[in-house]
Amino acid sequence: MSVLRHHLLKVFEQGRRFDGRGFEDYRNISVEYGVSPRSAEGSARVKIGNTEVVAGVKMELTTPYPDTPHKGGIVVNVELLPLSHSRFEPGPPSIDSIELSRVVDRGIRECQYVDFEKLCLESGVKVWNVLIDIYPLNVDGHLFDAAALAAVAALRDTKFPHLNKEGMVDYTQKTTKSLPLQKKIPVACTVLKLGKHLFVDPDYEEFSLSDARLSVCSLDDGNLCALQKGGDVSFSPDEILLAIDLAVKKAKELRKQL
Amino acid sequence: MAYKREDGRKNTELRPMSAQVGVIPNADGSARFQIGHTIAIAAVYGPRELHPQFLQDPMKGVLRCNYNMMAFSGSGDRVRPGPSRRSKEISLIMEKSLLPVLDLSKYAGSVVDVFVELLQTDAGTRCAAITAASMALADAGIPMKDLVTAVACGRVEDQLIVDVDYLEDSHEGGVDLPMAMSMNSDEITLLQMDGVLDSKSLKKLLEMGKEACLTIKKVQLDALKKKYGTGVVEV
Repeated sequence: MSVLRHHLLKVFEQGRRFDGRGFEDYRNISVEYGVSPRSAEGSARVKIGNTEVVAGVKMELTTPYPDTPHKGGIVVNVELLPLSHSRFEPGPPSIDSIELSRVVDRGIRECQYVDFEKLCLESGVKVWNVLIDIYPLNVDGHLFDAAALAAVAALRDTKFPHLNKEGMVDYTQKTTKSLPLQKKIPVACTVLKLGKHLFVDPDYEEFSLSDARLSVCSLDDGNLCALQKGGDVSFSPDEILLAIDLAVKKAKELRKQL
Repeated sequence: MAYKREDGRKNTELRPMSAQVGVIPNADGSARFQIGHTIAIAAVYGPRELHPQFLQDPMKGVLRCNYNMMAFSGSGDRVRPGPSRRSKEISLIMEKSLLPVLDLSKYAGSVVDVFVELLQTDAGTRCAAITAASMALADAGIPMKDLVTAVACGRVEDQLIVDVDYLEDSHEGGVDLPMAMSMNSDEITLLQMDGVLDSKSLKKLLEMGKEACLTIKKVQLDALKKKYGTGVVEV
């Protein structure tokens, strides 16, 4: 591992990467909507290079939390399928999948991308809960950017299901009504650190060899809505600011894919 | 009045199908199989070392299947993540339906892992899972004497039908009969049933199922040929 890291570092010193990209280049990105149109209320597939992620939204009616009786909610869940990489094993959620779920959740929740108050049918009694499930099908790099993009795409694809006369959900019929979403879209970009170099969109090898990462979720206007520093090595304050500038710039490009 | 299928299909008619192999670059073999609205994605990892060691078989490799519905893939509420009694049973019967065609004798101490994810479901999921899994095993180059092909047959009211969809599966008083076959040897590797059926109808359903499997196998072979040229032996 350290031999490879040394080699990668030497290539980085020359301003290059193994696959010829620049430090600020993403691989090819594609977004596809409605990949599970019959079962899910909304769904999407995101590919970044060889990384492929699907996300689906189910809507359920539930009673609100007592402290927010007039608000619906979201639940984000990422499952690292053993189908998607030889290193993932079946079993209870790993710490990596829990971290991913929570950071994707924060990016959507904190900027109130979903207008929670508009998910309320009857204050204190009945609200919509938006359940977002995210699955990688093939993993080649860090999953956060693809997972967050897939979650937002699936939310944009979502239509409310019908309610029958008794007020119960009829999942066999969808309405034409979309979710109440804000105009400003939260988009995630993770900046990796190797030695003194900052770069985006690592493949699996680059991600395994990197020292640290900073995941940044930002809005169209450049405001930040979630941060998560990971990895065993620290960032200097200057590096943090550089990484955030880079992430906000790249997020603007990613947003165009939606 | 005789029962008519809601989607207008003939009793022996399958829903539209599509199949593709090599859909997951990380896997040693993979496949996607769609029949109607049901979509199964299968990945094979292995043969690879099996841990913990006491699970190893010193004489041959072990086949391990894992069936899972994505949380948003159900026809109603969200499916709770993680294994259920149902998914564990399906994983088991998948293993039993695939083993008869596999030769794992060269892989002592190893495991061949098959993971199947359902992206969308409209009944027939275990059959789609088996059909996809056998294509993924072939794509992975695991020695096998045939593909395994599966279809869910059944009875709704007075009509015997193949490729049961969700509406038909949930029809009261009906019969669901999932089956899998190795067509080359004309052997049945999976047979389950729920509902009440007379033996004459069972015989008829097995015949209808075999015909259906022949059609499905063509889709499997076409997908493999698309990736590997025309080297695959015809049925």
